Amino acid sequence: MAKKVAFMQGNEAAAHGALYAGCNFFGGYPITPSTEVSEVLSIELPKVGGKFIQMEDEIGAMAACLGASLTGAKALTSTSGPGLSLKQELIGYGCIAEIPCVVFNVMRGGPSTGMPTGPSQSDVMCAKWGTHGDHATIALMPASVQECYDMVAEAFSLAEKYRMPVHVLPDEIIAHMRERIEFREPGEIEITPRKAPTVPPEQYKPYDTSFGDVPPLANFGSGYRYHVTGLNKMQDGFPTTKAEIVQAEEERQVRKVDACIDDIVTFEEYMLDDAEVVVVAYGSTSRSARYAVNAAREQGINAGMFRIKTFWPFPDKQIKALAAKVKGFIIPEMNLGMCSIELERCAQGKIPVLGIFRVDGEPINPEQIVEKIKEVK
Amino acid sequence: MAFDYEKYLRPGKLPHIWCPGCGHGIVMKGLIRAMDTLKLDMKNTAIVSGIGCASRLPGYIDCCTLHTAHGRAAAFATGVKMAKPEMNVILCGGDGDGTAIGGNHFIHACRRNIDMTYIIMNNYIYGMTGGQFSPCTPTGHKASTTPYGNPDPGFDIAKLAIGAGATFVARGTAFHANQIDKLIAEAIQHKGFSVVEILDDCPTTYGRRNKYKSVIEMMNRLKEVAVPVKAAEKMTAEQLKGKVLTGVLYKDDTKSDYTTEYAKVIERAQAK
Repeated sequence: MAKKVAFMQGNEAAAHGALYAGCNFFGGYPITPSTEVSEVLSIELPKVGGKFIQMEDEIGAMAACLGASLTGAKALTSTSGPGLSLKQELIGYGCIAEIPCVVFNVMRGGPSTGMPTGPSQSDVMCAKWGTHGDHATIALMPASVQECYDMVAEAFSLAEKYRMPVHVLPDEIIAHMRERIEFREPGEIEITPRKAPTVPPEQYKPYDTSFGDVPPLANFGSGYRYHVTGLNKMQDGFPTTKAEIVQAEEERQVRKVDACIDDIVTFEEYMLDDAEVVVVAYGSTSRSARYAVNAAREQGINAGMFRIKTFWPFPDKQIKALAAKVKGFIIPEMNLGMCSIELERCAQGKIPVLGIFRVDGEPINPEQIVEKIKEVK
Repeated sequence: MAFDYEKYLRPGKLPHIWCPGCGHGIVMKGLIRAMDTLKLDMKNTAIVSGIGCASRLPGYIDCCTLHTAHGRAAAFATGVKMAKPEMNVILCGGDGDGTAIGGNHFIHACRRNIDMTYIIMNNYIYGMTGGQFSPCTPTGHKASTTPYGNPDPGFDIAKLAIGAGATFVARGTAFHANQIDKLIAEAIQHKGFSVVEILDDCPTTYGRRNKYKSVIEMMNRLKEVAVPVKAAEKMTAEQLKGKVLTGVLYKDDTKSDYTTEYAKVIERAQAK
């Protein structure tokens, strides 16, 4: 049977990727340039018995997703810059209480209202550090409409597997451009279900680390009665200020992702075998970078591209290995050097990190990147 | 035989955090009696709260309990109820949590008429942070941040709820302990968004700043200002000055609740 194909926007594809993963709850608030996600799901979710709710604000949308997730729903919210700022309070709640959900954030200009219809990549640090306190972050970077579909589906699995909110961060170009996509067949993308408790209700503890760094999560209304709080908590879910417990729990919540970094991190290597200059790129910028690498090679320069697909956790190991063997990194990004900071950290001064930073609402074009590639001696 | 509260309480979680003389424990006992009257299935009941002294209530009760972030109880609870409409969803919290930082979620939960019960313990103050004025602190009263008297006018929570679309609104006081369970039970039974405001006392951070010499004096004040709605019908405006109406203040059984309406959305979507 031929695959179902369609010509659609990144935002629309994200909605369909969510449905593929079994998303049955959407809580949102209208915001440019991500609104199409909610429009599609307002049509599609009730058809499959799912729930769509437009909340009174961005914080409420995040809250509704977390509440729904605790009952076992697969919950999605979509937003953009100012909305991501507002959601941070409860993204932190999702981190500490360890509640799975997916946050699809379309990056537009900022800070504040910024340029609502212009593309940017300036939320990458906000996704990581926007909410206060120490916490793990997983953030995926689609560079095509197909990847909006695929990565949203994968994000649901990561959210359940690591019991936490997971970000998908397309820039506005990826979210709004139209491409051909293939709808995935069942089984084509692995869908990880929630790890359910194996103990009877009277023995259940929501943060029972005897089951590993990601304890099973019982659904509200399934016979298990337990407590959830945003306070530092003990294994039974009740608050504590005992120093050794707080320290251990905080460390576990970061370790649960750090220890699995090789299973989580995804990336694409393009013409890296003999590359001397490596363009590190993500999102729509990687499309210009690919073109630039081809153009540079036509001019006799051994250029290559490392495309970041998982921005958080950052692919330290791969970037460090590259820094040890190439002459320089080029980092084109639609912000004033956010990924550049991470590259500098990984390069440790061994090779130059040359940035092309644009925040004028225009995409970075291949010629700019080719010129920068030529600067590496 | 004395009422057995313990079967509804989580073992080992008492003593509670509330100060001696605080009315929150009276409200919790009222809620437990209401749950008992209605024979609520505790496995299928969620109590959702925000942040503050009153929001610590859910932790003591042995059901699904969700102590959320400041002001966000109604929004979290909306997610719970939407995703699982068959669950009994009860919210609780204080006046600051519900009407200041949570004011937007509160009025929209009222507007949607989503079938949940919100118990607001109104002690006119932010207690947990040490007694700052809330949107319910009476004008002229003292708080740690109104050293010269509160310049702000206060909210009337019941009127706010009615105006925003709640279809059951009641008010009681911590003094009238035996009425609390009846109001809460009626609210839970009501199909739609129900609000029960309980006028409460905070001797520690409100009472001592406002010249109440004792908890008894604060309780006596609640006794004196409360006028049952039925009794108020026979009183003059002059007689009602400074009084607060108690009992079921508003009830509308004609409006459909939100999850029932969304079930119709699903029907319409699937019919196409």
